[in-house]
Amino acid sequence: MKPFGYLRAGTVREAAEALAEHPGARCLGGGTNLVDLMKLGVERPGLLVDVSRLPLDTVEELPDGSVRVGATVRNSDLAAHPLVRDRYPVLSQALLAGASGQLRNAATTGGNLLQRTRCPHFQDLSKPCNKRTPGTGCAAREGTHRDHAVLGHSEQCVATHPSDMAVALAALDARVELDDGRTTRDLPADRFHRLPGDHPERDTEIRPGELVTGVVLPAATASLPSAYRKARDRASYAFALASVAAVLRTSEDGTVVHVGLAFGALAHKPWRAERAEAALRGGPATEDAFARAVERELEAARPLRDNGYKVPLARNLAVDVLTRLATARNRTGTTEEDS
Amino acid sequence: MGAAHDDGTRATGHHSEVTLTVNGTPHTLHLDHRRVLLDVLREDLGLTGSKKGCDHGQCGACTALVDGRRVNSCLLLAVTLDGCEVITVEGLTDGAGEPHPLQRAFLDRDAFQCGYCTPGQICSAVGVLAEAEAGHPSHVTDPATAPGRPVALDAAEIRERLSGNLCRCGAYPRIVEAVEDVI
Repeated sequence: MKPFGYLRAGTVREAAEALAEHPGARCLGGGTNLVDLMKLGVERPGLLVDVSRLPLDTVEELPDGSVRVGATVRNSDLAAHPLVRDRYPVLSQALLAGASGQLRNAATTGGNLLQRTRCPHFQDLSKPCNKRTPGTGCAAREGTHRDHAVLGHSEQCVATHPSDMAVALAALDARVELDDGRTTRDLPADRFHRLPGDHPERDTEIRPGELVTGVVLPAATASLPSAYRKARDRASYAFALASVAAVLRTSEDGTVVHVGLAFGALAHKPWRAERAEAALRGGPATEDAFARAVERELEAARPLRDNGYKVPLARNLAVDVLTRLATARNRTGTTEEDS
Repeated sequence: MGAAHDDGTRATGHHSEVTLTVNGTPHTLHLDHRRVLLDVLREDLGLTGSKKGCDHGQCGACTALVDGRRVNSCLLLAVTLDGCEVITVEGLTDGAGEPHPLQRAFLDRDAFQCGYCTPGQICSAVGVLAEAEAGHPSHVTDPATAPGRPVALDAAEIRERLSGNLCRCGAYPRIVEAVEDVI
């Protein structure tokens, strides 16, 4: 590891100014990904700006009924928070499906969004990687790519984004708050991460000198039936092969009123299934309809040599989760009528 | 997130003074920013109970408690922990030197073979008990469980919550039994 300076930021402005002043600086949250990448030599910051003690560590309800999550709230605390468990179960489930208890205790909300791909070629300095060193090529496209993207990849990069949390945020229509020390802005969660295109070195839309300061969970998707399901090589403590986050509201007669659907581990970003959502909205909440809509979404898939399995896996996960949500709603309705 | 690079112009130094309270004893150390907690514990403080397995946060052998929460000490830069309370496996005994109930249960159940992962398993299990008591759910907790109440730990809960601690010898069945003995 290269020697580096260290600054513990007391305010967002102080952190933003340090980032602006030192182009080689990196923000340090829980460090569960960044410190690992520094050990591997993938990241070589000249300065670490420690933002983990910034006063952004609360989950609070806002007057409009939305819930604001500070960027330094730890993943374990967010998953356990009563507001999240009660109103946004998909987010709690996604967080708990990720990493280990130790890592969730350290990892922050902002850091989870900003974590890098686990593509083995990105993490291996002996391999070409356009994301790590632009212009060197991609060792994954024709190499080991069983875990890689089937949607939205480019000639330059076939990596996936590893976050479970971000998939739930996309399905919930959450927003990501950004602050450069002078002005703030926010972005929809499903527009925060980018597809690789010709610039796979850019994972997100964050600008130089900006910090993620929080995430807002909207009132509109609060308390809707929602769930996360993840397929992986072992029962726990593994990255997704495919995952799905779904939010579904149906009317009394079984019509889809609201649906939010996002896939994880299929693309360079959480993949919001907008075509499937449009196909479902206003239609019947049945297994057949879910299957047709999800298949329409996945028509865009372009699997690589060794990851074609992801397409039927993702399809089956999504149909299963949506069907369960629809069935649970119907059961609740029956119970209410009976009582 | 631009490409990884180095500005090479940082004026401040590469060392800081850090005060850590480890197993109840305060230590003020002058540390290179690159030092992780695991290496400080083992090399500077002689506390070799915490083990270096993978050194990448994948095996859990280095698990320690920082401000009461279990963490991978191999991924924590010591400079970030100024003022923190650290407990390692050496600090789990009570004042009279009696082993922690989990340490006793691991012995009684013979919950190890080579023993290399054991300190991490035990520190992790101490964290698990506190998390369950505080009402933290896990991946296998029924989502319908009311928030804020302690979570009952059955074998499935213990296995899920300890999944960040690998045991190459495969002593998992007895590790689960040992944890069940103290709940």
